[in-house]
Amino acid sequence: MMNTVLSIGLDAVSYGMVLFTISIGLSIMMGLMRVVNLAHGAFAMIGGYFASYAIKQLGLNYPFAIVVAVLGTIVISAPLEMLLYRRIYRGAGELTQLLLTIGVTFVIIGLANYVFGPTTKSIPVPAMLSGPFDLGFRMIPTHRLFVVACGLTTALALWLLIERTDFGVRLRAAVDNGDMAEALGIRTQVIYSMTFAIAVGLGAFGGVVGAELMPIEPSYALRYMVTFLVVVSVGGAGSIPGALAASLLLGLADTTGKYLAPEFGEFFFYLAVIVIVFLFPNGLLGRAQ
Amino acid sequence: MKKTVGFVCAMAVAGMMSAPAYCDVIKVGVIGTMSGPYALFGQNFKYGIEAWVAEHGNKVGDHEIEFVYRDEESPNPAKSKALAQELIVKDKVQYLAGFYFTPDAMAAAPLLEESKTPMVVMNAATSAIVEKSPYIVRTSFTMFQNTVPAAKVAKARGAKKVAIAVSDYGPGVDAETAFKKTFEADGGTIAEAIRMPLSTTDFGPIMQRIKDSGADMIFTFLPSGPPTLGFVKAYIDNGLKAAGVALISTGDVVTEPDLPNIGDSGIGILSTYHYSVSHDSAENKAFIADLIKAGDKPGDITMTAVAAYDGARLIYAMVEATGGQRDPDKAIAAVKGMAWVSPRGPVSIDPETRHITQNVYLREVAKQDGKFFNKELQTFASQPDWGLRK
Repeated sequence: MMNTVLSIGLDAVSYGMVLFTISIGLSIMMGLMRVVNLAHGAFAMIGGYFASYAIKQLGLNYPFAIVVAVLGTIVISAPLEMLLYRRIYRGAGELTQLLLTIGVTFVIIGLANYVFGPTTKSIPVPAMLSGPFDLGFRMIPTHRLFVVACGLTTALALWLLIERTDFGVRLRAAVDNGDMAEALGIRTQVIYSMTFAIAVGLGAFGGVVGAELMPIEPSYALRYMVTFLVVVSVGGAGSIPGALAASLLLGLADTTGKYLAPEFGEFFFYLAVIVIVFLFPNGLLGRAQ
Repeated sequence: MKKTVGFVCAMAVAGMMSAPAYCDVIKVGVIGTMSGPYALFGQNFKYGIEAWVAEHGNKVGDHEIEFVYRDEESPNPAKSKALAQELIVKDKVQYLAGFYFTPDAMAAAPLLEESKTPMVVMNAATSAIVEKSPYIVRTSFTMFQNTVPAAKVAKARGAKKVAIAVSDYGPGVDAETAFKKTFEADGGTIAEAIRMPLSTTDFGPIMQRIKDSGADMIFTFLPSGPPTLGFVKAYIDNGLKAAGVALISTGDVVTEPDLPNIGDSGIGILSTYHYSVSHDSAENKAFIADLIKAGDKPGDITMTAVAAYDGARLIYAMVEATGGQRDPDKAIAAVKGMAWVSPRGPVSIDPETRHITQNVYLREVAKQDGKFFNKELQTFASQPDWGLRK
């Protein structure tokens, strides 16, 4: 019995951290930039394709491939930012944002299908991270432990960046009152562009390390988008601890449900969503708007 | 003047009457997953048909055969019906073919009788489809057909307690029922029967549950696509393979395009299926060569190509039997009992069920010269659809 509880808890944490790693970029985009970016999944997918290509065709090693994926995705997204996203930061209506970003998503799906074909592209993990890891009372995929570490590191680094650095101060100023920040000499456009790059880079990072659970193929961009959006809305857009708490809670609901009553499907996952959003309309740690 | 008009009219009528004697075009509407997550399988419909046309020409007697393709990327009965209707009414197709998903095939079935259109199902694998209309024949497989041999293998390999994990939808339930019935009839025990939601991405908890049930073998079915990869990886990474729990599945879980992604750790996984791309026969070698000429890539060939290839054979036979006329009864009668050697082995159309009778092979994932393939170990000859043969 104790064993089962521990087991479920472990699966919940590891699944939750995967959710967190992929969703945090979207949370930043929605919370700080106020852009409902439906193309977040597409950017995560581009990261995955980069990593797959870098490892399988160029023969790079895994950590280096992750760096290539993150930087490559940022480079690809830069023209999109300059030509399209810049117009929809903050000011634009939500409908405009949705239409634009869903359009971007469809284009990326079509291109991915054309260039890479419809098959799943694997991202081979190094021998050190593959296979089972013996925890004594049970086995767990080694890669999951790596993802948990990645998630925690990301959370900590982001928190430090936003709360403890000069850039973070400027970013928060630009978010809270853009006009005043600009009047005080903060170049908000640059701040926004950098934040966009960070959000996209985090998406790509999550896409690569989460690929063991969510394999990279063209429909990835839409297939998992609902899950990412749910994590953000449950956690509260823009809140790092919120996203972390939401990921773990939802991971727990999903894992427990699947273990105890798999025939209920996603029922427990969405039940948790309904209950949380009912109690906290702005998400667990979101700010009232 | 009057005479001239009369003459012209007479000529026109004569022209119309003699029209069928000229070379005419018979259209075949193919509905398949040409884009989206299952695009690989729809594209293989096309390559399979093109391979047949390349070998046998685009004419049956004086009739030119034209295939018209329509895309349906996901299970969507309403769209399937609309597409079939459009093909019948607007494009005036004489035959319908394709259909990757069961609900899509089911949705088109009610249109066949009134429009007198025979339909060749090239994938959708729920047994009951052929019962929905007397004008349906199927060249693919059914869950029962591939699963019953899997249960026999489990028994023969000494499994005592088996855990079943299937995707929670029609074919998954079929697979569960077929395995359970066969295995229990042979004296085995089912330790656990899990139905997994189609949208499952994290299979960790499922693996833990199987482990806790104390099963010594897992039987699984998931539709080919991204989740199969996740399932196999979870099986390996959660230590079940290392603990000696065997995995047997229908071939859908280890389709050839997925094998390189599963990698070395997949070697030894058992599956029962009606077609392996590596099947060793002269017919298959010629077929693969023609597929590649048609544009298919060696690593992308799937079972839908062979079903489409054999489906095209049936359509040609039906056109020949009816002389190009719209006569579904005669067309269907002509293919009942038809037998030939397909790239997958000897096959025939069961006259009672209009479903294909074929060999089912036990295979094992193996690696040779750096390439992964499904190595055939054992043949279960002439398997009917066990779901329809009560």
